[in-house]
Amino acid sequence: MDIGLPFMLDLTPNTLCAMLVVVAMLVIASVTQLLLRSRLSDDGYLELKQRINSWWVMVGVVFTALMIGPTASLIFFTILSFIALREFFSILPVRVTDRRLILALYLAVPLQYYWVGMGWYGMFIVFIPVYLFLLIPFGLLMLGETKGFIRAVGSYQWATMTTVFAISHVAYLLMLPAEENPAGGGVGLVIYLVFLTQFNDVAQYIWGKKFGNRKIVPAISPNKTWAGFLGGVATTTLFGALLAPWLTPLPWWLGLGAGLLIGLAGFIGDLTVSAVKRDLRIKDTSQLIPGHGGILDRIDSLMYTAPLFFHFLVYTTY
Amino acid sequence: MPLIKRLPKQLFFLLIVKPVVYLLLGLNIYNKQRLPSHGPAILAANHNSHLDTLVLMALYPLGELHRVRPVAAADYFLRNRFTTWLSLNLIGIIPLDRQGQVDKEQVFEQCQQALADGQILLLFPEGSRGEAEELQPLRKGIYHLARSHAGTQVVPIAMHGLGRALPKGGSMIVPFNADVAIGEALSAEQECAPFMEQLQASLESLLAACITRRDARWED
Repeated sequence: MDIGLPFMLDLTPNTLCAMLVVVAMLVIASVTQLLLRSRLSDDGYLELKQRINSWWVMVGVVFTALMIGPTASLIFFTILSFIALREFFSILPVRVTDRRLILALYLAVPLQYYWVGMGWYGMFIVFIPVYLFLLIPFGLLMLGETKGFIRAVGSYQWATMTTVFAISHVAYLLMLPAEENPAGGGVGLVIYLVFLTQFNDVAQYIWGKKFGNRKIVPAISPNKTWAGFLGGVATTTLFGALLAPWLTPLPWWLGLGAGLLIGLAGFIGDLTVSAVKRDLRIKDTSQLIPGHGGILDRIDSLMYTAPLFFHFLVYTTY
Repeated sequence: MPLIKRLPKQLFFLLIVKPVVYLLLGLNIYNKQRLPSHGPAILAANHNSHLDTLVLMALYPLGELHRVRPVAAADYFLRNRFTTWLSLNLIGIIPLDRQGQVDKEQVFEQCQQALADGQILLLFPEGSRGEAEELQPLRKGIYHLARSHAGTQVVPIAMHGLGRALPKGGSMIVPFNADVAIGEALSAEQECAPFMEQLQASLESLLAACITRRDARWED
């Protein structure tokens, strides 16, 4: 079902249409922001403008990578994981003695995406949770520093699991057999997951702003309310069902399940990174994305939704 | 400076320094617009790593690079023919003799001349790379230098995190994010003590704003 352009071989008409819908939503956001100009304070307007501009850049980069093809997409996700891992290491209080192990751990990024690229599912799924899980403590003890050993082991394992292992699941969606999903293809799956994850963030925010008063965990995130959580998850579940037959091989009732999973996992991922930042007493994880903070601030929910959606999909369909 | 002499420096930064700084490291830059694009100015930065000089210079566009002159220890940077050539031609340092074997006036004159030519001096008022990302006591030389040429602005810059990417004595660069926080320009048209206090206070408050700051530790 390709549309005949040589450089867009992986895009089905549905996928292309979904991309256009996203771009249309950004156009609406930009126009709304211009209309709101007189009603907002200077600072508020500037922040909104910065956030929306950053959305344009992020969507532009992701869509370009997806359109060029699987190799470009893999390179994009490799770079994304590298930056996210670096960001995680940079906010953690790492011990100076661990520098050599950290340098070695960066190698996990190209290796993990190499397994993805060659479609070696067995290695992709055990490399970090099994091999690195067992090797990181061994590597650390070889460096000879016992003070803070357990914290170092735990935090490096966690950093690699979330930024490399979890995010590589998004890339593996592109490797699933395309003939199983004639409607959306691999790119359709990626867009379904990433769009719903980001949409869930926004939906929870809006429901919370409109109706929220009872806070869930005020000590971690004062903005998370029960109304935001329930309203957001309900909206995402509904959209999950609506979009599933259009972009994925899932029928609408399984789409309900996928949407529910994305809504719940997105919420948990968001809160978890908030807890990390609270512990370290920082507000953002870096300054990379103007108006959003760092990469980790942006992909926090994706780190949780990606593996869960992937395995839900594989279990039910592939 | 003639174009042909600028070319090796620009190529060095284009092909080696900028890729290392921007692809390997990640920079959180605060208030980049405060970076002076021409002199007479002194960038007063804290010092943790050999990367400090290269990172600060990499913030400048290639076309403006020739105006930035790091003042750097002669005993270290001029220790053999290779590093001498690299330091003088590719980085463009003004060698500072820490052991006092060479006439201090001569170093001072070179710096003054650079300020008079509208160049931007890059100076580490701590004197040398400190231990474990701690701010060392500041030396007063910077004050006298700033006063020696009227209208010189002193821009405090705090950097944090580069000591992890390449610590003192380290030989390999490990990717880490670093903070580069640029403060408001100070004027040296005042007494020495209050100037040094302002500089110290500015560096400390800039350091406190860094994401990768040292007090980001686990609570016990």
